[in-house]
Amino acid sequence: MTQAPASSASEKRSFQPYRLPDGGLIDRSRPFRFRFDRQSYTGFAGDTLASALVANGVRVVGRSFKYHRPRGIFTAGSEEPNALVELRQTNRREPNTCATTAELFDGLVATSQNRWPSLGFDAMAINGRLSPLFPAGFYYKTFMWPSSFWEKFYEPAIRRSAGLGRAAPGDDPDEYEKAFAHCDVLVIGSGPAGLMAAVTAARSGARVILAEDDFRLGGRLLAERMVLDGRDAASWVALIEAELESMPDVRIMRRTSIFGVYDHGQYGAVERVGDHLPEPPAHQPRQRFWKIVAKRAVLAAGASERPIAFAGNDRPGVMLAGAVRTYLNRFAAAPAMRLVVFTNNDDGWRTAADAINAGLPVEAVVDSRPDVRELPAAARSGTIRVFRGAQIVQAKGVRTLRAVEVIDAEGRATSIACDSLAVSGGWNPALHLTCHLGGKPQWRDDIAALVPKTAPPGMAIVGAANGAMTLADCLRTGADAGVRAAVDCGFTAKTIALPRAGDDSVAVTALWLVQGKGKAFVDFQNDVTAADIALAVQEGFRSAEHLKRYTTLGMATDQGKIGGVTGLAILSELVERSICEVGTTTYRPPYTPVSLGVLAGHHRGKDFRPTRLSPSHQWALERSAVMVETGAWLRAQYYPQPGESDWLETVSREVRTVRSAVGVCDVSTLGRIDVQGADAGVFLDRVYTNAFSSLPVGKARYGLMLREDGFVMDDGTTSRLAANHYFMTTTTANAAKIMQHLEYCAQVLWSDLDVQMVSVSEQWVQFSIAGPRSRETLRKLVDTQYDLSNEAFPHLAARPVTIMGGLNALLFRLSFSGELAYELAVPARYGDAVIRGVMAAGEAFGITPYGTEALGVMRIEKGHVSTNEINGQTTAHDLGAHRMLSTRKDFIGRIMAERPALRAPHRPVFVGFKPVDRAARLNAGAHFLPLGAAATAENDQGYMTSVAFSPTLGHWIGLGLLQRGPQRFGERVRAYDPVRGGDVEVEVCDPIFVDPERVRLNG
Amino acid sequence: MKYSAFTLAYEALRGHADWKPAWREPEPKAEYDVVIVGGGGHGLATAYYLAKEHGLSNVAVVEKGWIGSGNAGRNTTIIRSNYLLPANTQFYEWSMKLWEGLERDLNYNVMVSQRGVLNLCHSDAQRDAFARRGNAMRLNGVDAQLLDHSEVRAMLPFLDYDNARFPIRGGLLQRRGGTARHDAVVWGYARAADRRGIDIIQNCEVTGLTIRNGRISGVETARGPIRAGKVGLAVAGNSSRLAAMAGLRLPIESHVIQAFVTEGVKPVVDCVLTFGAGHFYISQSDKGGLVFGGDLDGYNSYAQRGNLPTVEDIVEGGVALWPGLGRLRVLRHWGGIIDMSMDGSPIIDRTPIDGLYLNAGWCYGGFKATPASGWCFAHLIARDEPHPLHAAFRLDRFAAGMVIDEKGQGAQPNLH
Amino acid sequence: MRIICPYCGERGNEEFSYLGDASLLRPDPAGAGAMHAFADYVYLRDNPRGSHREFWYHAAGCRSWLIVTRNTSTHDITRVEFACDVAAARMASFEDEG
Repeated sequence: MTQAPASSASEKRSFQPYRLPDGGLIDRSRPFRFRFDRQSYTGFAGDTLASALVANGVRVVGRSFKYHRPRGIFTAGSEEPNALVELRQTNRREPNTCATTAELFDGLVATSQNRWPSLGFDAMAINGRLSPLFPAGFYYKTFMWPSSFWEKFYEPAIRRSAGLGRAAPGDDPDEYEKAFAHCDVLVIGSGPAGLMAAVTAARSGARVILAEDDFRLGGRLLAERMVLDGRDAASWVALIEAELESMPDVRIMRRTSIFGVYDHGQYGAVERVGDHLPEPPAHQPRQRFWKIVAKRAVLAAGASERPIAFAGNDRPGVMLAGAVRTYLNRFAAAPAMRLVVFTNNDDGWRTAADAINAGLPVEAVVDSRPDVRELPAAARSGTIRVFRGAQIVQAKGVRTLRAVEVIDAEGRATSIACDSLAVSGGWNPALHLTCHLGGKPQWRDDIAALVPKTAPPGMAIVGAANGAMTLADCLRTGADAGVRAAVDCGFTAKTIALPRAGDDSVAVTALWLVQGKGKAFVDFQNDVTAADIALAVQEGFRSAEHLKRYTTLGMATDQGKIGGVTGLAILSELVERSICEVGTTTYRPPYTPVSLGVLAGHHRGKDFRPTRLSPSHQWALERSAVMVETGAWLRAQYYPQPGESDWLETVSREVRTVRSAVGVCDVSTLGRIDVQGADAGVFLDRVYTNAFSSLPVGKARYGLMLREDGFVMDDGTTSRLAANHYFMTTTTANAAKIMQHLEYCAQVLWSDLDVQMVSVSEQWVQFSIAGPRSRETLRKLVDTQYDLSNEAFPHLAARPVTIMGGLNALLFRLSFSGELAYELAVPARYGDAVIRGVMAAGEAFGITPYGTEALGVMRIEKGHVSTNEINGQTTAHDLGAHRMLSTRKDFIGRIMAERPALRAPHRPVFVGFKPVDRAARLNAGAHFLPLGAAATAENDQGYMTSVAFSPTLGHWIGLGLLQRGPQRFGERVRAYDPVRGGDVEVEVCDPIFVDPERVRLNG
Repeated sequence: MKYSAFTLAYEALRGHADWKPAWREPEPKAEYDVVIVGGGGHGLATAYYLAKEHGLSNVAVVEKGWIGSGNAGRNTTIIRSNYLLPANTQFYEWSMKLWEGLERDLNYNVMVSQRGVLNLCHSDAQRDAFARRGNAMRLNGVDAQLLDHSEVRAMLPFLDYDNARFPIRGGLLQRRGGTARHDAVVWGYARAADRRGIDIIQNCEVTGLTIRNGRISGVETARGPIRAGKVGLAVAGNSSRLAAMAGLRLPIESHVIQAFVTEGVKPVVDCVLTFGAGHFYISQSDKGGLVFGGDLDGYNSYAQRGNLPTVEDIVEGGVALWPGLGRLRVLRHWGGIIDMSMDGSPIIDRTPIDGLYLNAGWCYGGFKATPASGWCFAHLIARDEPHPLHAAFRLDRFAAGMVIDEKGQGAQPNLH
Repeated sequence: MRIICPYCGERGNEEFSYLGDASLLRPDPAGAGAMHAFADYVYLRDNPRGSHREFWYHAAGCRSWLIVTRNTSTHDITRVEFACDVAAARMASFEDEG
């Protein structure tokens, strides 16, 4: 691989001009075709998109954020700042995808982003020429005049030019799922340290999860020409991998990123199940979100290389030295024809050696250190020019690197023609996960890097992630941590012999910035230069946090993995304080970006939240019921019949039928709580404002509960089924909350009381059977030995009965509608049979099923309060329920309900409203103003809580809260509703619109 | 130097050599007329308005870390005044008015972007509650529009309308609501306050309050004692800890709220949007990142991080609302510690200690309050009496029952 | 977070719901100054940074109210007790003293 690539325009790009003739962990028998920016290329199985682009000699792959400078592939990992592409198309389009981690598959389509009209010619590149106008924070200083131009002109222009890729245009078609995993030892990373940790922990008997971001185990071992126990690295990895695969208590999770550390040993992980395929396989998710609970964790996340800031250090062809080795060794792809290496550490020399080994000409090695100890054989042989104590002051070329300018130790300038520059500024340990629970890193001078200072509880940090930079150290620290983790989990350690491995020097002498003319980039993606940092410091942004926020350093998709430490180092030199003193910014989860889809899992669309269905649901559907979401429930809203033109006609018919004959409504959504115990009555006396210990067995009573702060919490009816046995109902909305509240009262406040409770909401289905013919209907349903006459079973009676020939049921004579009415509860599994039984029993009497709308209309006609009135802001006095506040006992909320503001005379009080023009429609949410008063807050006297069209009265009616309402019956006020264009004159009235004498109820 | 397009162009030609620090870094003096504890948006705004509106410039703002390093720099940058209860509506509307003129007032582009705040509703009852709130806003002179299903759909066609667990029925829109650049607000107030002579003292943690005979006389700090005739606390998240130095217990719990940002993408949503059937709200920053958040984690916390159940709950809400979000990626999520007050509304009041003033209890809504909070707190401190705009935000309102409970959740902070 | 429920074992915090400070005692409603005492009880909190005894309800588990001792800045949990046991012990100690 020494000849230049063929450039015939007619030639199909089926061959890969920069692919090395042999080597690499790619499968040359499986060529994959792919497209980048409409151009077709070929790569191999085992490639990433980036390595395939390298093999095809594609140089420019993206444009930068602000200056739209052409950029090339810079890394070989998830820290990639430049090679971000839109992967896939239409609704599967994923913007900002790292080409360096995207696995190649046959048919892959990728598009460059943030350029117009094309990657080769980007009109926005004019920003680069105007860059003196766009220094750090320029937008804070301008765009202020004229002020209306910000939203109209400046901001839209900024927004259009900002952003990176384009989001998918429509709904994400793929599925996601969530899973839990538990283990003794979670090993994060499968480089030499991680593999040793996993294998030692597993051999000791621990349940191990080994999570690896990549699709192959091995970490840096895949990218280096290293030897362990006499084998090449890849075959050593294969050996360990085979052993781990054979162990039943080991789970290897490839393509799995541990993205966050959460409290008490919980780790967030994303497994990319189908991202390496054109589409996820049938019945498989695209990605899976794992919540891993681990007793111990070993962080072996390695390190990432950092660049050196110098003029033009972003030119396509400049690449991190370690990435050059990855492309050469792992992917057999040559990033260069003529390579120059610029390094401040020994590791950079490996790149020169590997390039020579791959047959690539190395033009020069520029080492900033004057006293480099050892040189690779090739350098010693004199085929490479070596500059010691020298620096590259400029990289030249626009769309590809053409030459570098070297200033040698004596200050002489030399220009070296080249097409590729491998840069190594040292390595930053991947310590991010150690900071998620608040850990701060510390500076280590010997490796010129931040290392973890503390670890999250239960985590050990090994290998390069902890600053152990040689292979031997990685293996040793990994093995030690694996043993310790297993022992901590109660296993007996099995020690193993460490593989023999090299202990190459990794000496580094910090070099952050080479002064020179031209833009020296620190954060590549966000176009933050060394000059921007200097300007920020000049303007007083001298802390790490201020610098980050003012310049956007470290806020790009790589989250500062490329430029963060370099930026801090430049800052610390400028302010003449140590890196520790200037502080670091906080590393936040996720370690690498995580799709929202996977965090949501299957909780979207109809499955966003569970749907609760009543046992009569299927029956209701058969009756063509229109369903409505009511909290977690789906309820029948109304039951249209053929010929009915709209909901109002249907609902009115349902109401009229109930008021004239009989109707049935499923009220199973009410909370039901079974309360038992010798002190159950006393207990209920304390949680309700009114008394329940005095309630006779066989009777029900309406009860009101307050919160401890004195406001109304809930209402409902509670029945006494036996001396020590009560059956409570709560509102639908508050069922869970009341259960929790009662348990609190019983367990915490009054644990001395003999009372137990259990929610039986799920166990019973409950129907309201209402209307003048409800008794006759029930008579056909309830077994004959039960007397249902008004005398034997009066209003508020509550008793167990049997129905339909022996089925146990609870029958309550309760009325929400104001009619003669019952509620019948039966075990939930009989719900379907019983609703059909009720309908059959009522057929002769003209029974109708009715839904939540008719239920609401009738309760408004009767002036009953509901959730609209019990909204957490109202008191018993507000609701006209003050007579329910017992003065003979204590109850929750009694004391605080007496606070002056809760008893203030100006508080709006519950009353009814009728439109003066009876044809007018009312709207809930309207506010009440005195007639003729201006529409101002001062004149606001209350608001409408509930409205309905009353078929009984033939006009709209409303309930609401009005200042001094009960004293103002007959007075007219404005119901002011500007958000719906309404302004209706209404008359204040008694909230009970129908049957105030309660004749029907007791009929 | 005044900031303008002209000076920027002029400086561009001169290599930006003349820009001066946006604020000085003075040593603390031994004594000030007023010390404001807390260099967040509220504290800096208070100092600015003390100087501008009340002529008090012998004022120090002391900050334990770097200015803006607390909640001022961690929020989701939303500004709005779409409140139900008049005390809140009037106060936040005053804040909106100050936002609308803030750039010119401060000579700093804080990027106030009135792109609209839309709350979605998913049931008839919720729509009626929104109507109640919208009407209350209108009565208070605040813009409010109630949109129906089709109006919402026309505005935001990419939401889930046809397969939603909780269908979108409509929404309440405040067009004047929107976003502002949070860090710029801090820096803009800091620069403007500094230019009026106020000392901003960073890395100066207050370790004690000096109180004699029921009157404040200064603060103890990590950099020594500072005498002051008046001290204002603007340390939301840590109000209870500072108040405890004066022997006070507050109707406040500290809670963590999380925020998220995605990778940048080209513009996809041009308003602030809130889901009404889950806890989720979202907007897009000028850089292209989608900024979103949701419910509190729900437990007392001083740790600036959240946990996974809340992360999941919030993101589930987001993807349920907007299925196209699924392929975008979260870049970063973080937590801020907020003062959750017992009724969900703030406190700007005197304390039982003479000369000690409290600005606290901002819950998750302190950012949008920044201008009005500073303006009112400055008035309170300068005059020793509340301005009508914040007179309801009293410390004793709980004992008296004059709670300002927008959501009707009662004395349970994690539910507000 | 993970909470070790004494009845159910270690569970994720999503199974629990939180109430707050468990050191508060409901005042005697018949006592002198009950209004003042209740106002403090309902509204005022120590809100410490550090060790905090707090109520958690195992809503998706055994329905026990627990008192968890947790550090509010590190989230370290050092103790979990049944709230009813704590209440019973307090009552017993009252009786001993009485």
